[in-house]
Amino acid sequence: MIMVKLRKLLSQLSLLLLALMLTFSSTTYAQEEAAEAAPEEAAAEDIAADLGGDPVAGKTLFNANCAACHKLYDRAVGPPLFEVGDKYDREWLYAWIKNSQELVKAGDPDAVKIFEEYNQSVMQAFPALSNEDIDNILAYTYTPKPVPTAATTGPTDGGGGGDTTATNNIILASLALVFLLLVVMLLLVSKTLRRIAEANGVEYEEKEARPSIWKAFVHNQFLVFVTAILLLLGSAYFAYGWMMQVGLDEGYAPIQPIHYSHKIHAGYNEIDCNYCHSSARKSKHSGIPSLNVCMNCHKNINQYNGEEDLENGYTKEFYTGEIKKLYEAVGWDETTQSYTGEEKPVKWVRIHNLPDFAYFNHSQHVTVAGVECQTCHGPVEEMEIMYQYSPLTMGWCINCHRETNVDLKGNEYYAKVHEELSKKYGVDKLTIAQMGGLECGKCHY
Amino acid sequence: MNNTSDNHMASNKKYWKSVEELKENSPIVETLKQNEFVEEIPTDDFLGDKETLEASSTTRRDFLKYVGFTTAAASLAACEGPVIKSIPYVVAPDEIVPGVANYYASSIGDGFDFANVLVKTREGRPIKIEHNNLAEGSEVNSRVQASVLSLYDKNRLQYPTINGEEASWEDIDAGVVATMSQMTDKEVVLLTQTFASPSTSKLIQEFIAQYPNVRHVVYDTVSSSEAADAYQRKYGSRGLADYDFGKADVIVSVGADFLGDWQGGGYSVGYIKNRNPKNGKMSRHFQFEANMTLSGANADVRVPVTPSEQEAVLRALTGGSMSGLPENVAEAVRKAKAELDAAGTNGVIVTGISTVAAQTAVLEYNDAKGSVAMDSAKPRLTSMGNTAEVTAVMNGVISGSIKGLITVGVDPVYSFPNAAFADAYKNLEMSIAFSMKEDATASLAKMVAATPHYLESWGDIQTKKGSFGLTQPTIRPLFNTRQFQECLLKWTENSKTYYEYLRENWETNILGGASWNQALQDGVYASDVELEVLETSPTLNALESATSEGAMLTNAQEGGMELTLYTKTSMGDGQQANNPWLQEMPDPISRATWDNYLTVSAADAATLGFENFNVANGALNGSYANISVGDVTIEKVPVLIQPGQAKGSVGLALGYGKTHAIQEEMQTGVNAFTLYNNFNPVVRNVSISKAEGIHEFACVQLQNTMMGRDIIRETTLEIFNTKDAEVWNPMPMVSKDHQEIPVTSPDADLWDSFDRSLGHHFNLSIDLTACTGCGACVIACHAENNVPVVGKAEMRKSRNMHWLRIDRYYSSQESFADDFDKKDNISGLGSSLSEFAELEQASENPQVAFMPVMCQHCNHAPCETVCPVAATSHGRQGQNHMAYNRCVGTRYCANNCPYKVRRFNWFLYVGNDEFDYNMNNDLGRMVLNPDVVVRSRGVMEKCSMCIQMTQKTILDAKRDGRPIKDGEFKTACSSACSTGAIVFGDVNDHDSVIYEKTEDDRMYHLLEAVGTKPNVMYQTQVRNTKES
Repeated sequence: MIMVKLRKLLSQLSLLLLALMLTFSSTTYAQEEAAEAAPEEAAAEDIAADLGGDPVAGKTLFNANCAACHKLYDRAVGPPLFEVGDKYDREWLYAWIKNSQELVKAGDPDAVKIFEEYNQSVMQAFPALSNEDIDNILAYTYTPKPVPTAATTGPTDGGGGGDTTATNNIILASLALVFLLLVVMLLLVSKTLRRIAEANGVEYEEKEARPSIWKAFVHNQFLVFVTAILLLLGSAYFAYGWMMQVGLDEGYAPIQPIHYSHKIHAGYNEIDCNYCHSSARKSKHSGIPSLNVCMNCHKNINQYNGEEDLENGYTKEFYTGEIKKLYEAVGWDETTQSYTGEEKPVKWVRIHNLPDFAYFNHSQHVTVAGVECQTCHGPVEEMEIMYQYSPLTMGWCINCHRETNVDLKGNEYYAKVHEELSKKYGVDKLTIAQMGGLECGKCHY
Repeated sequence: MNNTSDNHMASNKKYWKSVEELKENSPIVETLKQNEFVEEIPTDDFLGDKETLEASSTTRRDFLKYVGFTTAAASLAACEGPVIKSIPYVVAPDEIVPGVANYYASSIGDGFDFANVLVKTREGRPIKIEHNNLAEGSEVNSRVQASVLSLYDKNRLQYPTINGEEASWEDIDAGVVATMSQMTDKEVVLLTQTFASPSTSKLIQEFIAQYPNVRHVVYDTVSSSEAADAYQRKYGSRGLADYDFGKADVIVSVGADFLGDWQGGGYSVGYIKNRNPKNGKMSRHFQFEANMTLSGANADVRVPVTPSEQEAVLRALTGGSMSGLPENVAEAVRKAKAELDAAGTNGVIVTGISTVAAQTAVLEYNDAKGSVAMDSAKPRLTSMGNTAEVTAVMNGVISGSIKGLITVGVDPVYSFPNAAFADAYKNLEMSIAFSMKEDATASLAKMVAATPHYLESWGDIQTKKGSFGLTQPTIRPLFNTRQFQECLLKWTENSKTYYEYLRENWETNILGGASWNQALQDGVYASDVELEVLETSPTLNALESATSEGAMLTNAQEGGMELTLYTKTSMGDGQQANNPWLQEMPDPISRATWDNYLTVSAADAATLGFENFNVANGALNGSYANISVGDVTIEKVPVLIQPGQAKGSVGLALGYGKTHAIQEEMQTGVNAFTLYNNFNPVVRNVSISKAEGIHEFACVQLQNTMMGRDIIRETTLEIFNTKDAEVWNPMPMVSKDHQEIPVTSPDADLWDSFDRSLGHHFNLSIDLTACTGCGACVIACHAENNVPVVGKAEMRKSRNMHWLRIDRYYSSQESFADDFDKKDNISGLGSSLSEFAELEQASENPQVAFMPVMCQHCNHAPCETVCPVAATSHGRQGQNHMAYNRCVGTRYCANNCPYKVRRFNWFLYVGNDEFDYNMNNDLGRMVLNPDVVVRSRGVMEKCSMCIQMTQKTILDAKRDGRPIKDGEFKTACSSACSTGAIVFGDVNDHDSVIYEKTEDDRMYHLLEAVGTKPNVMYQTQVRNTKES
């Protein structure tokens, strides 16, 4: 246990360091983003002048209505829309966007062609969009593809950070110098005083040669005995602490076949845990989501455009590469936007392993008790790499069962038994232990 | 004197170190006196040769380095946990949530067992077979329960073969079509099991229409041909009259084991309906039989009679003369006849005598009486074979007139009584075997079509006219198999799949507008629709000729014994002989496992010199017999002395002695089908002689009588109706301060009790009157709780792992009541020694009682107090918990348990080659229930009262936020019990059935006097025996 705490300390220290680094690097990102945004806006203004639409308003409309199926530069469910206004007549586009199926049924050759090309998937009709709105959207589609800026490596040297360290060093050095001077001065003063004393004939006592402490200690058998006992006890304490953590995998963070970041999904994007781990609500297993669940979103999201963590090499390209790994596993062909049928199931490394003789049911905790996932799994939304947060020992389970009150509101199952039991124990709220949650057979069968 | 003799002895005392020392002048002994070893150790050769030593690349230092490194590496490796991979679905099926079971309604129809079932699947694996509650009266017996394990049989055929070589289905199709087109003018027989499947019948018709040279013959491995013939003669269509014994007040069975497998079995649900003494009325059941059967064990009056006498009994009952019957039998017949006459339409006779005349006589009798128990309008359709036709096929193949044989679901090479058939079969022009295993037939067939298990197939059954069932796959086929129907579709160039064909047939012919999806979800469908009779029924002419051979009064017994072949509850017709659960399931009557044996009466055994005896470890040994009938002899058949066996008769179970597609451990018993002449279970003029050797039985019960002890409480209906409960169900009393107080009184109690009035408190009630001893609960318990199979050798050492056993007791006197009287009247030392010994011997025709015993979940559990590590402890819900991971295996608990229900894992039974059963291969392990721990070596285990099921029920209710209704709590045994003998529930719910049971007059606890206060209770057995 002691070791575990120490380990925690270490990890906290490293976290602190990481945090420090991040604060420096984030400023860099912000600057970069600003730099990227600037030419984009400039370009948009040019387009506005050219086409009589407002690309800024168009961007909002595009994200609200079109982005689910279309991308500017790549094929998605529908075709890429970059400079689509040049490909088709403006009036045709108005008609198509407002109701594409009408055009297809009417037998318009362009319409039929595109309908066939995209696997006869029907484009939603947008009768609510005015021609002006469509102009705005089209104006936005002329936004040129940003030239990818070369990835910069880590926080640059110099700058404010470098200055502070330098000043600190100077202060430290001068302080050391002052101390040194002080010591020398004191020595000199003492020497002078002694000389004066000798000159004045003052005699001071010579110290008697006392036996060394070490010898005294060795001769005192009682002290040796007590120290030995203390030493033994101490080492036993540490040995026990060390041994108790054998087989505990707290902090176990294996490298997974696909670098899946909970930080991005549950943290930045705030996806509910239960969206992917849906069986946690109704089964004993929380379940690792099947890949078709990933594809619900990743059919559209084929590249990463969020924040980067350059320190660890988590660049946009890196994350996008991981999405491609998903595509390969699930057999998704991006060019044709269809499944090839060649599936390569992902062999995730299991992190949380309860022994077989312990029965644990997620739904009991998630649905019935309403326990937050984070209670046992820790700050998952901050985990770039998933790790085991809790020790998952029996003592840990039991502690929680002793301390936690059962939330019974609105659950008719508990109504009668709770009333009777609280009368028996004379309490308002019952702990799980009082409900029988510590009995062996509740988890071991 | 003493001194000298002592000294003398001391000086002469000699200790031998080995047998060698007994020999005089042994050179070895002499050498050993001088040297440590007999032969010189060649150290010099080894160490003296410097060159060899130096040439060796491994120096002593290196060696030590290696040792050190290995040790360090091993200990380091041990510190690291294994990396466990988790592989989710790529595309998850909608209906599968990992960790949640799915249930599918389906039906089994393997030619012997027909039932509507519910299949429990986990993550796409079927793991348990349960009752389909929508199918009223349908029974799920032990074989059906165990059928899920046969799905994962590693000896299954994994692909089709042609001439023993692996082939593709295209090859098979091409081969069949080519052969069939060459054989258009030759006779080909399609020999199948009874499918009782409307769609399969239609398909076979279409197949025959395309190939008119094919003749379809139904072959039931265990035949009910005569009953079906009699029915066909009387009512025009082929079938078996159905019976509802719940409607009968007087049941007289002459050789019909209707609680066993007689005419398809499954009659116990109805039978038990009228065996509830609650209303002061019960049916009365007479049983005249040769072998001791389940029906005989449950009967009120059981009369042992030989098969020949059975014919006379039946004749007398149906109005003939009593002549030729021994006086005691005649007396019983008179009584039975009088009661039958008095019962009027509420009386019924059934018989197992395999002659058309006898079966006709019974039909006529019941029909004339207007018996309400017999249902002739809606016959059973589960056993349609005709002996004459099957015999014709057998002889046709032997004589060579039949050129081609397609067998489906039957194994004639194993089960035909004529040994010449196998050779003839090999020489057929065309032989196609549809089989799940490479059985005796498939191993000789030219083409073998590997068929899927019913849990992998589509199908339908019509067990009884108007009662339909659907079979649906619950798992993707494990192997490259194709079902028979699918093949027929291919061979008739029909492009449909069997699913499409089945659905179309149901929608057009059966459902009459009702929803297919609903029928499939329910698994059962009742309809009065008249289906066109498609099955090729034997013509009436064929029946006539068969009848003349088998006239009722054969009585051709001329000396020798009469053998009645029967099917064991566990093995049936032997289809599942490679199923270790069934092999290890104790026979309800003999309690023997892993064997079939000749059952002989004690009197005959004495005459013939057979003996049964127990050896030092308690296990049962017995003599061997040679059985010969005509020119057929079976050698070395183990002999088991069976109380209740009629003198002059013997019994032998079918379905054993298989040698093909069955692993070595399960090649048990002898093949009795070789004696199954004319497919008649009664074999006459059997000569039996003692053979050399001693057979080792694996019998799980060694004490056969209760010796007047208070274990099973039994009373008669008369006493039950007229006397107070304390007379026939007294509470044991103890003396405190010279006052008699009931043992359950708090004053007689040393213990503090938990407050059990809050929350759930589980109790299990077992009604001994309703328990027929069928053993379905035993297999259900195995499947639910991952109970390991230990094998015959371990069973013999009483190391069986069954959490639930069904004890069977014989009375030592005429009845159990007489045992009590005898015990109570014992006085004096001499008398007690001799009479107690007598009480150990079962009577010649004993009363039989069954008692399912599992952990009694004592509120004052003796096991809990002696566990040094608190591995077994009590839950507030009444269950006695067992934490396997805490158990260190002292076995104190087992020693302190008065019920002997705790089981110790002497070995690791999973993944251990010494126990090569289902838990030793990946396929067999698929049947394991993932919610229950697989126990390891050195821990104690026992019935948990299915805590995983009660916990699930509670969790489901919590999740839905609702109180639990009565009937929701179940255990594996209570849900497997079709007669409702086992009831489970929460006694704190005072509206529940189980609470009612605790208040019942018949309620008692096993060994109440020891004060363990069990949570399992028993309901006194009541028999309708009239004192006269």
